[in-house]
Amino acid sequence: MLKALADLIVYKLFGIEAGTVLGEALNFFFYDTMKIFLLLLVIVFVVAIIRSFFPPEKARQLLSNRREYVGNFLASLLGVVTPFCSCSAVPLFIGFLESGLPLGVTFSFLISSPAVNEVALVMLWGLFGWKIAFIYIAAGLTMAFFSGILIGKLKLEHLVEEYVYQIHMGESEIIVPTWRERYEYARDYTRDIFKRVWLFVLIGIGLGAWIHGYVPVEWIVKYAGPDNPFAVIVAVLIAVPLYSNAAGTIPIVQALVEKGVPMGTSLAFMMATVAISAPELIILRKVIKPKMIAIFAGTISIFVIMIGYLFNFIFARMPFLVK
Amino acid sequence: MEIKVLGPGCSKCNALYKAVAEAAAEMGVHADIKKVEDIKEIVGAGVMLTPGLIINGKLKVAGKVPGKEDLKKYIKESISS
Repeated sequence: MLKALADLIVYKLFGIEAGTVLGEALNFFFYDTMKIFLLLLVIVFVVAIIRSFFPPEKARQLLSNRREYVGNFLASLLGVVTPFCSCSAVPLFIGFLESGLPLGVTFSFLISSPAVNEVALVMLWGLFGWKIAFIYIAAGLTMAFFSGILIGKLKLEHLVEEYVYQIHMGESEIIVPTWRERYEYARDYTRDIFKRVWLFVLIGIGLGAWIHGYVPVEWIVKYAGPDNPFAVIVAVLIAVPLYSNAAGTIPIVQALVEKGVPMGTSLAFMMATVAISAPELIILRKVIKPKMIAIFAGTISIFVIMIGYLFNFIFARMPFLVK
Repeated sequence: MEIKVLGPGCSKCNALYKAVAEAAAEMGVHADIKKVEDIKEIVGAGVMLTPGLIINGKLKVAGKVPGKEDLKKYIKESISS
């Protein structure tokens, strides 16, 4: 149905001939843009409603007094459904630790929250299909789970700034929103995301279309193709400090995949971009010492790299997974 | 009336500060409006999702910037309490 609309716009409205390169590119651009915007609106709205049921105070309650592995698992899940903006990282971190949650569990939460975000989910679903979107969620959760466990096992409590353990968090009652308020929150949140993201989506899809048309396959395959064993590592190292939202990165990734960059490498690149960024690390410096920041970034990088290689391996043998 | 806007300095926190100042001015309410950026104080108030709004010591909102009408409602509630 959307395809028909795209056809209508490009061929009838603009009067471009079907089958020409320009016609194909424009058709692709309009179709993808409409599909993604639609998916964005619906899914972000639904996710926001779900999130209205999970204020951080609730996550804190649900996570208290859990044994290590159960706690990490729950924290990874809760991180996804709890609303989170990077400016809240610090009070949230302090709040969790101060109420007795283990450091590892707190980190599982802190990692899964930005790593599995609904905009990335929508984009991946729209451009690569639900299987890849599902794999993305699973990979993000797994990474958060194991990273948190690793950090917990390393017993790094001494690397947290001392004042964090001395703060006493005030008790705040959980304000339960009415359905009207939930709707308003979801509506505002969706509008906010859309406003922040629409231009990146357009640029991303546009760039993707350009790569699709003009960047030579040979060049890409030489540096990031399946024959370069270092591709995953390089991709992740580049991506970690990048501050980008998923909306801008994924359409580019799609074009790269079409040009021959393996899906695993591309997913790793995208996940590394989204999971941490230089600004987030700088913000976290307020509560954890530099050595721990390095361990945090290093742990995520290693896991994402492993995910990249693992998926390259799997997808090479099971191509039906990649659409 | 004492109003505190809690947040480490992101754009939402500044937006809330501006909005609540405007709301109070429009209502003709004289309020001492403070921006609190100190993490210890923010956490001490029980706020995990910034921005937070505290009027006369009571936490009214956390995590979002309410609309002008809602802000005026909160201010009005605090006058009578």
